[in-house]
Amino acid sequence: MEAMKTSVIVFPGSNCDRDVMHAISASTGTVTDLVWHEHTTLPRDTGLVVLPGGFSYGDYLRCGAIAAKSPIIDAVIKHASSGLPVLGICNGFQVLTEIGLLPGALLANTSLDFICDFCHVRVEREDTPFTGHYRKGEVLRIPIAHYEGRFYLPEEQLRALEEEGLVVFRYCSPEGVTGEDFTPNGSPNGIAGIINRKGNVLGMMPHPERATESLLGSSDGAPLWASVNSWIRGRLGV
Amino acid sequence: MRPDHRAAGLSDAEYGEIVRTLGREPEHAELMILGVMWSEHCSYKSTRRLLSSLPTSGEAVVQGPGENAGIVDIGEGWGIAFKVESHNHPSAVAPYQGAATGVGGIIRDVLAMGARPVALLDGLCLGGQSCPEAAALADGIVKGIAGYGNAVGVPTIGGKTLYDGCYNSNPLVNAMCLGLVPLDGIVSSRTARPGQLAVLIGSRTGRDGIAGAAFASSGLADDTRSSRPQVQIGDPFVEKLLVECCLEIHSKGLIVAMQDMGAAGITSSSSEIAAKSGTGIRINADLVPLREEMEPWEIALSESQERMLLIAEEEALEEIGSIADRWQLDWAVIGEVTDDGLFVMTKGGREVVSLPAEMVGGGCPSVQWPSRKPSGGVKGRGVPSGLLDPPETARCLSTILEDPNLAERSRIYRQYDYMVQTNTVVPPGNSVSIFRVRENRSFVAVTMEVDPWKCSLDPFAGAAETFLKALRPLWVSGAKHLGMTNCLNFPSPEDPENHWILERSVSGLAAVARDLACPVVSGNVSLYNESPSGKILPSPLVAVVGLQDCNSPPLRDRATLEAGSVFLVGDTQGTLGGGAFSRIITPGAEHNPGDYVPLKEKDFMERALKTVRKEAAAAGRAIAGGGLMTSLAKMCITANIGIGLDSAVLDTDPECLFGEWGPRAVYLVPERSTELFLSCWEGFPARRIGEITPGGLTLDGHEMLPEETWAGKAGRE
Amino acid sequence: MTFLARILVFPREGVLDTQGKAVEKSLNRIGFGSVREVRVGKYIQVLLEADTEADAAAAAGSMCGELLVNDLIEDHTVQVEPWKP
Repeated sequence: MEAMKTSVIVFPGSNCDRDVMHAISASTGTVTDLVWHEHTTLPRDTGLVVLPGGFSYGDYLRCGAIAAKSPIIDAVIKHASSGLPVLGICNGFQVLTEIGLLPGALLANTSLDFICDFCHVRVEREDTPFTGHYRKGEVLRIPIAHYEGRFYLPEEQLRALEEEGLVVFRYCSPEGVTGEDFTPNGSPNGIAGIINRKGNVLGMMPHPERATESLLGSSDGAPLWASVNSWIRGRLGV
Repeated sequence: MRPDHRAAGLSDAEYGEIVRTLGREPEHAELMILGVMWSEHCSYKSTRRLLSSLPTSGEAVVQGPGENAGIVDIGEGWGIAFKVESHNHPSAVAPYQGAATGVGGIIRDVLAMGARPVALLDGLCLGGQSCPEAAALADGIVKGIAGYGNAVGVPTIGGKTLYDGCYNSNPLVNAMCLGLVPLDGIVSSRTARPGQLAVLIGSRTGRDGIAGAAFASSGLADDTRSSRPQVQIGDPFVEKLLVECCLEIHSKGLIVAMQDMGAAGITSSSSEIAAKSGTGIRINADLVPLREEMEPWEIALSESQERMLLIAEEEALEEIGSIADRWQLDWAVIGEVTDDGLFVMTKGGREVVSLPAEMVGGGCPSVQWPSRKPSGGVKGRGVPSGLLDPPETARCLSTILEDPNLAERSRIYRQYDYMVQTNTVVPPGNSVSIFRVRENRSFVAVTMEVDPWKCSLDPFAGAAETFLKALRPLWVSGAKHLGMTNCLNFPSPEDPENHWILERSVSGLAAVARDLACPVVSGNVSLYNESPSGKILPSPLVAVVGLQDCNSPPLRDRATLEAGSVFLVGDTQGTLGGGAFSRIITPGAEHNPGDYVPLKEKDFMERALKTVRKEAAAAGRAIAGGGLMTSLAKMCITANIGIGLDSAVLDTDPECLFGEWGPRAVYLVPERSTELFLSCWEGFPARRIGEITPGGLTLDGHEMLPEETWAGKAGRE
Repeated sequence: MTFLARILVFPREGVLDTQGKAVEKSLNRIGFGSVREVRVGKYIQVLLEADTEADAAAAAGSMCGELLVNDLIEDHTVQVEPWKP
């Protein structure tokens, strides 16, 4: 395999699976498989696994809670253990926290409104498989669309998360200033995306697949897919 | 015991017709079914005759009215299926679920044509927001649309929201869906053949909406709580599964015909397939998956949501079942297509319903209500209003911009996911909504309009102007119209003056459809929108679908230009009747309506399209609510630019500055394009009225907008 | 034997319950000034087969641990009783 192969997991109620497929194809020209949640193994040579946005199981019980019990999840966990990248977007981020591959939980926006809008995030780490093509401090214009986007961890664990540098994206102003005023959903410290300690599982609320073409408002998300492609190719020695 | 037809909602004349056609008295279940199917909402008995005057054929029309949705050709073998439908009465009683299930229902109508739903728009006529009841309804309705549309994964890309006291207890919720379908993959309801099986896929059937269609055909009782049991509850998660499941089944060629189970559920869907196919259909109530114990007539009429009826050959059943199982949907064979032309329902082996299929959906006699022109005729023999000085102009402008009807709507549309499916090119908050179609690299444009105030002033001209207000922004953006869908929201037709207004409104729509060659491909009627507290103003809602006419990018209604000119095309003077200025600044004053001049509109259309083809302008906006000054103000605010107007080239009277009606637009033109622009508009009124400046909207140097409304405000996107 | 498990799930202390706050404000606004705090949770009712009430309670507890409750953000109580239709 010369380039990355991606598996996008499709749960009943996932909406953004095809959007991710198109975004990856447009930014990297690589192949994506849509993998139904009832499978127990991932396709051979899967490099990147994506848990897409949407309303898996209608957000019933808790967002992502029922999807987290799907047959495919064991294979996703195994994939993560092997050090290969796993990306959870929006509902996918919620599923990752329910599985336990990422800490914390996502709660209702402080405004108690669903918010669909472009916002800005600042890249906090450029040394992850997902951000290799960005610079630390770079400001990206990427949209959000969610009702439950407010990250939660008890205070001490939140402090530890920050100290360990596990925040990858932070909501900010167009100039890169962070703070409550620029955090649309009340997420503490403006947390928009976090990574695990091993550095291969990323969860983010904004939708990078919706910021891949300037025709649709922004192409700032395109480098994310290219970053993972480069990282995987590097790992394969290609 | 003689069945009470009046309790079932049938008139004596209708009952007589039933007995005559059947040659006997109807059974109880049959009476209940006909009571619903012959209600206004299902049978269109009061408007069938009127609707037949609407032009329905055209170059781009693949499917006209008569199926679940209309379809227009967008090139290279692809079509867009679309329709708008009302869910007014349920939303007045339970706003969240009423609006949500309205969205669900229209999605299924488009799905029934074999199309993948790709966009939603919503027309909302809400009450005055200082009225607590109206504010609560508005909040519930918006949340219902968001809750359902977002979860089902179809972007809400635009719509129209307006506010008036007449809607306080009678909100209007018109939901529109567009779907993408390959022209050789359109599903019909005319192709069923005897021996084929009827398969129900989706939610279990319960008592939701029992007699809901009849409920929509009467005015609301004073105590709307007594209307409560009839509202359907929607589940967007199941709908999403249903959409994917049905599209998959269809892609494998397993469907012969498909119907959404909308008003009157099993009855309307199965009898319609039978009637259209020239066959009969036999439904076994014992085989319908139920949530609870139900009577046969309840099973027949239940409006439980998220169910589709499929007709398929027996050989296809196993594969259909395995696809439905994978999508975790209940499914069951509930009957078969027969050759006797009858709609039959059995329970416990006994026939409880046996009616000619054509009689169920189409047998209701048309009703001819009398018409009487309201006394006083067309209101308004207005006197010209005199000139406005700049401070007065600024005051009027800021008052108009503060009116909920002209204010920007981001608080509403930010609650809708308008980006899912990653095809939305021009989002809500713009004059036109545009999405791209990857399959044929085209751009589809959609607009939606309703204007009760102009229709109230002059139903013919007002309805025509409503339609034109939907057409002009399409043309200005560079799209050629393909077809139109509409919802006729009116009060009771039984009042002769109401009926006259309804007739004249339909005539106005028909005139534009004919003169501008924009056929009606689908639509819906909602009558009896009234309650003891009052009736709604005439509110025909129009939505037009168009296709980008050329390879140039769509022209936006805003642009951030460093320098350039501002042009006004069209008459310098507008008309004040039924407009924002008249309503907000001089309520009580009488003003004239405008005139409908088809040749002028056609001329405007050609030149607007040419302007985009030649890329002769940076931005263009058709003048609509609040007139010229409002359009200019919106351009300044959304694009963070300044415009300096010269009163020497304008008339400083309200008719010029705030008048509406007729084909008029403002364009921003970079200096290098001025000659090219003027050549596009040669022979049509066009004049330079100002220039781009660093900031603010000024008239002869006087500030028209307070600084905080335009300074530093990024374009709303 | 058939048992009914009544499970109450509610936001843990320390978790900002925005829904509860909104309901609290609404109640205050419509005249219930006596309300000091509102927390909004959910009620889950499970009908299950078990040999004894203790077995049913244990099963319900496991269900909470495995799926019904996210103990990072939620607290819960379980009540089990024999079920008669």
